[in-house]
Amino acid sequence: MPKLQSKSKSPKLDMNPMTDLAFLLVTFFMLTTTFKAEEPVEIQNPSSRSEIKLPESNIVTITISDDGRVLYGLDGKYTRERLLDFMASQHQLSFTEEQKRTFSLLPTFGVPISELASFLDLDFEARNSMEQSGIPIDSSANELAEWIVYSRLINPKLRIAINGDEETTYPVVSKVISTLVNNNVTRFNLITNKETALEDEASES
Amino acid sequence: MKLPNLKSISEGKRTKSDKKSSGRLVDIDMNPVVDLAFLLLTFFMLTTTFRQPQAMELVMPAKALDEAVEQEQPIKESKAMTIVMIEDNRIFYYMGISEPEVFESSYNSNGIRSILLEKGREIPDLVVLIKAGELSNYRNLVDILDEMAITETKRYALVDFSATDRKLIAEFL
Repeated sequence: MPKLQSKSKSPKLDMNPMTDLAFLLVTFFMLTTTFKAEEPVEIQNPSSRSEIKLPESNIVTITISDDGRVLYGLDGKYTRERLLDFMASQHQLSFTEEQKRTFSLLPTFGVPISELASFLDLDFEARNSMEQSGIPIDSSANELAEWIVYSRLINPKLRIAINGDEETTYPVVSKVISTLVNNNVTRFNLITNKETALEDEASES
Repeated sequence: MKLPNLKSISEGKRTKSDKKSSGRLVDIDMNPVVDLAFLLLTFFMLTTTFRQPQAMELVMPAKALDEAVEQEQPIKESKAMTIVMIEDNRIFYYMGISEPEVFESSYNSNGIRSILLEKGREIPDLVVLIKAGELSNYRNLVDILDEMAITETKRYALVDFSATDRKLIAEFL
């Protein structure tokens, strides 16, 4: 009888070491993962050989989409809250507590300040799917300059990074750069992808 | 016909494990746990990006506070090299400032990079003026700044695309 039994069942594997390994890896990936905030626009960065790493905190990201819209991103919930207070008093606008809370949780936005209140009133889904018109950067009403000035006032350690799409035309980039220079930001970063030697060869052939 | 069969097998199994459990430790079926673990593992592996964004640094000259100081410092004509970028990833360069001869180049390593290296050897204090045309794109700008870093050209500046440049390029084309 016992002999027959052992023949009928398939060989039994000890799953415990496998589970151990799998969970070890799961733990590792869970701890190393930082969920990327959903970007309102998709950006394809150009590649470069540069090996400077972008700092993770105290950073302002100015996103320029391929169709020339400018979006502003500031890290830190608390900094964002204070930034909105500054901008509100500057433009004689008032935001409700709910709107302030929404703003403080917004990693990137790209609407003129006049439309900000209604933008913040939208629910999460609508806000994500909405096509944001971009922050005005024309010399007549350069809101980007104001956002930068107040952000730097709140956090003087801020570093500024330009996150441009590779298809963005130069005049928009130039406007952003001159806005920065006019506000005494002469040192900033351009976000790029790491160019691998392989890619480089491919682009050359 | 098949259903009773299955039933009998499962029953048989149960009795079998019952028999065993009396003798040794309780045997837990680990397969669902492994399934779950690997599901999570796959999820995290696919969502993880190890890539921390790279960045290149760009330093622009500070805007002079005083009008008088803002007068651009003249560059020795013999040391100036101008790179002009226009649409369709085309790139041109010329040496000197007045009535220069324009050459077309390219973004690959045999193009502008070798020229920069060559001119950098010939002229010790080479100053490169980078002029990006209206229809050139951000990738062109990053590419050329990258070339500056690769060729270790220390002195370069982003300069506005002027009417003279437009004329020069138009003549060349």
